[in-house]
Amino acid sequence: MSVDQKTVRHIARLARIAVRDDELEALAKELNGILDWVEQLGEVETAEVEPMTSAVAVAMKMRDDVVKVENLQKEVTRNAPGAEDGFYVVPKVVE
Amino acid sequence: MAETMVSDFERTMKLREARKEDLIQGATGDWEIILGLEVHAQVTSNAKLFSASSTRFGAEQNTQVSFVDAAMPGMLPVINRFCVEQAVRTGLGLKAKINLRSIFDRKNYFYPDLPQGYQISQFKHPIVGEGEVLLDMPDGRTVTVGIERLHLEQDAGKSLHDQHPAMSFVDLNRSGVALMEIVSRPDMRSAEEAQAYVRKLRTILRYLGTCDGNMEEGSLRADVNVSVRKVGTGLGTRCEIKNVNSIRFIGQAIEYEARRQIEILEEGGKIDQETRLFDPKTGETRSMRSKEEAHDYRYFPDPDLLPLEFTQDWVNDIAASLPELPDEKKARLISDYALSPYDATVLIGEGARADYFEAVAKGRDAKLAANWVTGDLFGALNREGHSIEESPVSAKQLGELIDLISDGTISGRIAKQVFDSMYKTGRDPAQIVEEEGLQQVTDFGAIEAAIDAVIAANPDKVEQTKVKPQLAGWFVGQVMKSTSGKANPSVVNEILARKLGLSSDD
Amino acid sequence: MSDLTKLTLAAARDALKKKEITSTELTGAYLGEMEAASALNAYVTPTAEKALEMAKASDAKLARGEGGALEGIPLGIKDLFCTKDVLTTACSHILDGFHPPYESTVTANLWRDGAVMLGKLNNDEFAMGSSNETSFYGPAVNPWRRKDSDAKLVPGGSSGGSSAAVAAKLCLAATATDTGGSIRQPAAFTGTVGLKPTYGRCSRWGIVAFASSLDQAGPIARDVRDAAIMLGSMAGHDEKDTTSVDRPVPDYEAALGQGIKGLNVGIPKEYRVDGMPKEIDDLWTRGIEWLKAAGANVKEVSLPHTKYALPTYYIVAPAECSSNLARYDGVRYGLRVEGKDITDMYEKTRAEGFGAEVRRRVLMGTYVLSAGYYDAYYLKAQKVRTLIARDFAEAFSEVDVLLTPTAPSAAFAIGEKTDDPLSMYLNDVFTVTVNLAGLPGISVPAGLSAEGLPLGLQLIGRTFDEETLLRAAFAIEEAAGFTAEAEAWWRA
Repeated sequence: MSVDQKTVRHIARLARIAVRDDELEALAKELNGILDWVEQLGEVETAEVEPMTSAVAVAMKMRDDVVKVENLQKEVTRNAPGAEDGFYVVPKVVE
Repeated sequence: MAETMVSDFERTMKLREARKEDLIQGATGDWEIILGLEVHAQVTSNAKLFSASSTRFGAEQNTQVSFVDAAMPGMLPVINRFCVEQAVRTGLGLKAKINLRSIFDRKNYFYPDLPQGYQISQFKHPIVGEGEVLLDMPDGRTVTVGIERLHLEQDAGKSLHDQHPAMSFVDLNRSGVALMEIVSRPDMRSAEEAQAYVRKLRTILRYLGTCDGNMEEGSLRADVNVSVRKVGTGLGTRCEIKNVNSIRFIGQAIEYEARRQIEILEEGGKIDQETRLFDPKTGETRSMRSKEEAHDYRYFPDPDLLPLEFTQDWVNDIAASLPELPDEKKARLISDYALSPYDATVLIGEGARADYFEAVAKGRDAKLAANWVTGDLFGALNREGHSIEESPVSAKQLGELIDLISDGTISGRIAKQVFDSMYKTGRDPAQIVEEEGLQQVTDFGAIEAAIDAVIAANPDKVEQTKVKPQLAGWFVGQVMKSTSGKANPSVVNEILARKLGLSSDD
Repeated sequence: MSDLTKLTLAAARDALKKKEITSTELTGAYLGEMEAASALNAYVTPTAEKALEMAKASDAKLARGEGGALEGIPLGIKDLFCTKDVLTTACSHILDGFHPPYESTVTANLWRDGAVMLGKLNNDEFAMGSSNETSFYGPAVNPWRRKDSDAKLVPGGSSGGSSAAVAAKLCLAATATDTGGSIRQPAAFTGTVGLKPTYGRCSRWGIVAFASSLDQAGPIARDVRDAAIMLGSMAGHDEKDTTSVDRPVPDYEAALGQGIKGLNVGIPKEYRVDGMPKEIDDLWTRGIEWLKAAGANVKEVSLPHTKYALPTYYIVAPAECSSNLARYDGVRYGLRVEGKDITDMYEKTRAEGFGAEVRRRVLMGTYVLSAGYYDAYYLKAQKVRTLIARDFAEAFSEVDVLLTPTAPSAAFAIGEKTDDPLSMYLNDVFTVTVNLAGLPGISVPAGLSAEGLPLGLQLIGRTFDEETLLRAAFAIEEAAGFTAEAEAWWRA
């Protein structure tokens, strides 16, 4: 499997990272280098193998339905580049 | 042609056939509407699904947001056991398969009200599998709608887009609240059925206490999948109308969308599979996203969580604690109280209303109780905009009123007057009857005297009645007037018939 | 002043308890060394004022004869750990100015036990790298140099600041994290001890996530005893981390002197890779001899899927990180580059905020998870991972620990491998298997290369059997007698 520049542009859009046109070729080359290398996994017979669901083999612990967190408005907005009246402010979303 | 071939998928799905009444007549033939709904129900719980902040509605922006909800670096999800219990409870209420092992997956996409850049949801292995919901249609028939699955997922926050021309404001209070996504099979064939489905689902959730079903506050939202086809042809392309938040709008949106699709197809066009929004102001649906923006959610199991597992014993405990569900209650009301299916359906609409009825009907004439509860009481509640919990007339009081009718203290007609007074003042019926002297007069002597007085005063009418027996009703009215409505009507009739020489066979 | 910094953590701990020295003196000595060592670029955010405050508080406790397991001990903290109100950036531009309103569980444990924070240490951006060259704050520099050369060498990565600081005695020990070898490889490059515990032994809460199913916190220290002491404080169940395991924390220090008579040691034959430098192979052989001499039984074992570990890792880790890094979007913290609409803002912020390696891995991860490729890549890799874990489980039915080299080379020069991502990835060939299987691993300095650079040997243990691992590491350390130190060329 290999990626072309169009695919790189598509992936970059999915990942929301701007990529300049002049970067596409080098990126495609790098990604293809890695993808070619990982192709060797195809050699491994895995038809009857379950994927690893967790590195920890225990049942998931659940917590009680108790509210433990009160008003953290100041703390959660303190580091925000854009905040007003306790809201996060961002450039408009274009539907 | 693909149009006339029934797909394998369809054959295995065994889709319901629409009734003739539900078909839409187009220029080129009759069209069938195929509807499936994905309902998002907010789980009733104190804390959120994966974090310990509050789920309370209406708080000031970002005051119910933990560091986990704000997706700060290094934060991790921990699942709330009660939310899992509520999902199991709901699955049981939908008569569905409970999966003792399920997986949480990340659904990856970017949106400012989704701080993690992914939603924790369940993709391939949901907590609940197939089930069903029975719809009680107004014309008395029952429709079975299949449930495909129910899964747990996080709700997103809220963005305000209209506060500023160039900026949006984000409030994450709702981010992380537990949602149950309930996916139906495409078994509905009309807007009416879709509405009945949402109503029934809401009733079940409320009976279970797993969701308050409050559509205005957004605790229940529906995505409606609409497609159309000529009867007997392959399934058409569907469009999804997202986030419809009232039952009325669901009906309007379906009507509009079905016709929109039919019009396109009849003109030879084809339907683009897309997501649409319903605009209540115009009554129309419009396309939500540009065509290139295909969503690739890149689902994969959330590595911060482990598989969700619980025992059959735990499920059984939850099952044992379920309240009586609407369908069971309806069946029981019909069998125990000989109610009509119609009356029973009205009563189960709300658990509290059914309970009220049973409190009134206990040890009394069920039909009388049903009439008074569904007719007079519900009528008054609707007129005054009161909920059953706000009823000024308690079940005990209504029962007492019925007792006063049954033991002859007051007539049915007087009872209506007493009821109005009870509703306005909250006083007990016996008290009202006593204070206003409304006891029915059954004293033969007194009634005879009243009748004699009317007869004596109207000899010409007496003569007319001999020819036209129906005019006896006029005498009854006069006697009632002279006794301020308190004379026992059957005693009046009996004595009057004798006095006027009317045989009881007339 | 520098006599104080010669004490190991264990020795300093004892001296503090006996009131022979004070924490304020000790902390002051370290702050002085730090100031003189800016050429190493080990610290990105020194916290001198805070350190002295904490030292003072510790001295008050120690004077009363009270105090925790690490009372008054000055430590360096990798900048991946969120430290409350102290700048935390994961050495990325995208976390500019981020002051967490919370403390990571691991560092909270250290402060609970009385430790003192000297400052935040340099690392590869978002822990992605094997040389500390991807840091937004510039590379950290290895205190070790080749004989007769003043070329600057890498201290390994991603925990390069931690390993450099410990090797140059700029702290008594440091916290670090390991996803594919980021504790062990830097330890090997700097002649220090690096311990990655079993997955789930330490809490991940408050540690900037890279690859959730692989990340694990651990110490880098001067010797095995110091590492054991550190782990004792760092480890423990955390109910805020679903993947952390509820098991009691044993006294790791107590395990050390028990010797290894009768211990069964496995030598995985697949680790003898093509092109392995002879001196590393020789060191491995010496390690085997040391263990035998100490009474262990040594035999060859097979881990057949070893060669697939690196490609497996470079699918799983990027996939998880592509999702974990989606939250860095300029909305709630860190860098924001303005845009004409939200999408534009996201794209510009992340393009400017992420370095080249991070971008590469996020794109790679996005691709392998994308529609049509999930089965071929991610699902496949997770299946191979099961096989790798199975290999180890089978080996551990025959032996108690495994012995391997830690890295395929000694430290290389800054800039030497940055052109080819793949050649950089090969640094992790001996270490990634351990993360994939969730096992504990430790690197112990065992010898010097021909050019005078440290070389390390790695021991791998069973899940939650850090005691046996430490016991074996202690034996290697004793036998190796590694006393070489880097010459302090960096002092200003």
